[in-house]
Amino acid sequence: MIALLLRDLQLAFRAGGGFGLGLAFFLIVTVMVPFSVGPNSATLGTIAPGVLWLGALLACLLSLDRLLALDWEDGSLDLLATAPLPLEGVLAVKALAHWMTTGLPLVLAAPVLGVLLNLAPDGFAWITLSLLIGTPALSMIGTFGAALTVGLRRGGLLLSLLVMPLYVPTLIFGAEAARRGAAGFATETALLMLAGITAGTLACMPFAAAAVLRVNLR
Amino acid sequence: MSIWEYANPTKFLRTSARVMPTLWVASAVLIIGGLIWGFFFTPDDFRQGSTVKIIYLHVPAALMAINAWFMMLVASLIWVIRRHHVSALAAKAAAPVGIAMTLIALITGALWGQPMWGTWWAWDPRLTSFLVLFLFYLGYVALWEAIDNPDTAADLTSILCLVGSVFAVLSRYAVNFWNQGLHQGASLSLDAEKNVADIFAYPLWTCMTGFILLFIVLVLYRTGTEIRQRRIQALVAREKLEA
Repeated sequence: MIALLLRDLQLAFRAGGGFGLGLAFFLIVTVMVPFSVGPNSATLGTIAPGVLWLGALLACLLSLDRLLALDWEDGSLDLLATAPLPLEGVLAVKALAHWMTTGLPLVLAAPVLGVLLNLAPDGFAWITLSLLIGTPALSMIGTFGAALTVGLRRGGLLLSLLVMPLYVPTLIFGAEAARRGAAGFATETALLMLAGITAGTLACMPFAAAAVLRVNLR
Repeated sequence: MSIWEYANPTKFLRTSARVMPTLWVASAVLIIGGLIWGFFFTPDDFRQGSTVKIIYLHVPAALMAINAWFMMLVASLIWVIRRHHVSALAAKAAAPVGIAMTLIALITGALWGQPMWGTWWAWDPRLTSFLVLFLFYLGYVALWEAIDNPDTAADLTSILCLVGSVFAVLSRYAVNFWNQGLHQGASLSLDAEKNVADIFAYPLWTCMTGFILLFIVLVLYRTGTEIRQRRIQALVAREKLEA
């Protein structure tokens, strides 16, 4: 499992792996927002937590189609499926690698981009915390979506259509926690629900993802 | 005699052909009768006036929008566990009907909301969860359409349906947490002390029964179409093989 994790991380970090693309996308979405809603800093401050969450979600979503597709094309996914490691474990590790290369950088970048959007001073800790708790769920659900569409030729758009509704609860609780935190309200309930979703997806989604991947590898 | 006999497509087609005419007539009579009863023979609501009458379309459609997904969930489970093709095809057949019901509920709701709430749309929990349900339906149908191999498609969509059901319920509670409601509570429930007045409830029950029958007959009809389509595909494939 550790070998697989290191392999995935190496592939992501080395040239052509696309590490940082998600981060760059997150940056550019955040920069585009003031262009679309106007530079009024009060407006920006109000929508900042939501925009940061949505940007992180989209960056996560767009990096999903590479999660399994490359391994599918060169056949290493078949090898992994026949390896002694259960497929559930393989997918959990892949989701972890995806989170470390996409989710974690987004968490670290969010406060910096919060400055651009005039995020309230109280909000910085909460946006980081809520993204830190929520992004693993995004990676986990995304792995399921990637496994679902891996064999399809035009999987990219379909993947977004399938995964977006599944992201709804995570987005609601995550953005709600960040928004309440930025406005100075209590955030425990939203954060606990978010943590519950993350824990639940960590426990269940590898099985669902492995089930659909087995169908696709048949 | 057990329900699993109908896993045999021929038997399913024969029985559904026998019951479908009755169901068509019964659902048409109930829906048309219920609507006429509701539209012309019930008094206007003292606060909402005659706009209240859209309830006879809105509530039955909303009822079936949710229950169509539930039926797909059960059919998907049957496919995953017992691998009866008819079940997978029934789930496939129900999805567009569910989409139609969701759209009817959303549109009639908007038409009702405009005079009553002063807005076509509000991000109320019920409205939002219906919109999310609509997105789930879209994804489900899109996945069916995207995959060529019918068995793979049945497997993948049924797992999507199972996972989607969990997330649909989660979304329902998440949007409750996220925003306060404008929508009224349930007007009809079996265990409530106080329901909508009987004079409105009877035509509403009639319409709901009619919509349930309509849904059943539409699913039977569409499942039959899917079965025949599958047979044609098999015939074409065999001819190609022989040629």
